[in-house]
Amino acid sequence: MGDQDAVTGTSRVKRGMADMLKGGVIMDVVNAEQAKIAEDAGAVAVMALERVPADIRAQGGVARMSDPDMIDDIINAVSVPVMAKARIGHFAEAQILQSLGVDYIDESEVLTPADYANHIDKQLFTVPFVCGATNLGEALRRLTEGASMIRSKGEAGTGDVSNAVTHMRRIRGDIARLSSMSPDELYVAAKELQASYDLVAEVARLGKLPVVLFTAGGIATPADAAMMMQLGADGVFVGSGIFKSGDPVRRAQAIVQATLNFDNPDVVAKVSRGLGDAMVGINVAEIPVAHRLEDRGW
Amino acid sequence: MTSSPLIGVLALQGDVKEHELALEAVGAHTTRVRAVEDLKAIDGLVIPGGESTTMSNLAIRMGLLEPLRAVSSAGMPMYGSCAGMIMLANTVIDARPDQQTIGGLDVTVRRNAFGRQIDSFEIDLEIPAVGELPFRAVFIRAPLVESPGPGVEVLSTLRRGGAAGTIVAVRQGVRLATSFHPELTGDTRIHDLFVQIVRQCS
Repeated sequence: MGDQDAVTGTSRVKRGMADMLKGGVIMDVVNAEQAKIAEDAGAVAVMALERVPADIRAQGGVARMSDPDMIDDIINAVSVPVMAKARIGHFAEAQILQSLGVDYIDESEVLTPADYANHIDKQLFTVPFVCGATNLGEALRRLTEGASMIRSKGEAGTGDVSNAVTHMRRIRGDIARLSSMSPDELYVAAKELQASYDLVAEVARLGKLPVVLFTAGGIATPADAAMMMQLGADGVFVGSGIFKSGDPVRRAQAIVQATLNFDNPDVVAKVSRGLGDAMVGINVAEIPVAHRLEDRGW
Repeated sequence: MTSSPLIGVLALQGDVKEHELALEAVGAHTTRVRAVEDLKAIDGLVIPGGESTTMSNLAIRMGLLEPLRAVSSAGMPMYGSCAGMIMLANTVIDARPDQQTIGGLDVTVRRNAFGRQIDSFEIDLEIPAVGELPFRAVFIRAPLVESPGPGVEVLSTLRRGGAAGTIVAVRQGVRLATSFHPELTGDTRIHDLFVQIVRQCS
C-alpha cells in the first residue's frame, strides 16, 4: 500500500493544471520584459509567442512556433506557468515545446496551420494542451484527441470581442440543449456533434465540459473580461489587448481585477478609468472571410 | 461545537469550486472569501490550489493579506492545498523575492519542488491520520516541505523514488497543509479531518 510509483501525464494531472488557472488571466508576451510585467500585474500564466496576433495579422506570412531561446528566456524570467503555441497539426513543434519544459501547449489557430486535416494527437504527450473551439462539437473532438482545456477562439488580434461572445454562447447553448435531452436523443446528438457518444453523455450529465473553459480572441478591456466571465468563462486569455494598448501595466492590472471582480460593476468601473488608449481594433465583419482565424481547425 | 461549521474558501483565483464541493460532501457549509468582511462569519478557511505568485499578489492588492494574518494569529483554523500550503508557510524558497505569505505554519516550503508541469504526477500516499487506505494524491507543480519546526506534525511523506522522504502533508495545531490536491480526486478524508479540526475549535 502506498508504494506504487508516481505516474506523470495522467488526465487528472493535465486537467488539474488548468483547474489551478481558474479565475485568472493568461497574457500573451513576446519577451522576458513583457512576461515580468504580466506576472507583476497578476497574470496567472503567460503565453510565449514571437508576434502577438495583431502583428501576425498586420505583417502576414507564415506564423510558426517561437524561437526556443525566446521561450527559455521567458521561462527563466517568471515563476508563473509558461504556455507556448504550436501550429495546428504540427506535432514536431509540440514535441520541441514539451522538450523545452513549457507548462501548457496551445494548439492554436493564431499560427498558420501545418495540417489541414489532422490535429495533433495530444494523447501522446505528457504536457497538457489547450485548444480553441467555436462550438461544442469542435470542443469535444479536441477533448477526444487529448486536449485538457478548451478556450473560445474568438477572433484573435482584432480587439473585437463579438466572436468570443458568439463562441461562448454557442458552446454553453449546445451544452444546455444536451442537458435537456432524453437519453435516447443523445445518440443522434453525438452523430450531429461528430463526437463520441460517451463524451456527449458525460457533458449532458455534468451540464458543463469535463475540463476548464477559458475565453480568448478579441478581449481588450476590463469590461470585455467581466462580460466573458459573466457568460460563463472560467478565465481569460488576453492576446494583443495588453501590449498593443497605450498603458500595458495599468491595463494588465485592470483586466486582472475585472476578471476577479467580474460580478462587481463598481470595481470594474473603477479599474476602467484612465487606462489610456485601447488597442486599435479591427471589426471582424471587415475582415475577408479567408483571413479569419476562427475557421482554422475543424 | 457547531455540527455544520461555515468554512470560507479564499476565492482570489484557483480551484475554489472543487474545495467547496469536498467541504460540502463532509457536512460543512461554505462561502467565498474575497473581501475583508467575508472573514467575519467563518469558522475556518481553506486556501485552494492555484498560482501562489498570483494569489499572493491579489491578496495584497485586495487589502486581504493583513486581515488574513490577523485571523490566523487569532487562531482561525486554516487548510491550504498546494498554492494554499505556500500561502500558509512562514518561509518560501524558489519564489519571487517579494512573494508574501499569510504565514503561521512553521515550515519552509520549496515552490515547484518537483519541476515543471511535465513532472507533475499522481501517486498513492500513506496518511495514517486519515485512515489505513492509501490516498490517491495529485501533485501539480507542487511544493514540498523542508525543515518543519518543532511543533509541526508530519502527516505523510513520499515513500519511493528519488524524492523518497519528502514531506507532503503537515499539521500544526489548527493549521493543515498538503502539497497535493485532495479536492481533485473525490477522496474527502483530508477535508473531513479539517472540518473536525474546525469543529473542535468552535
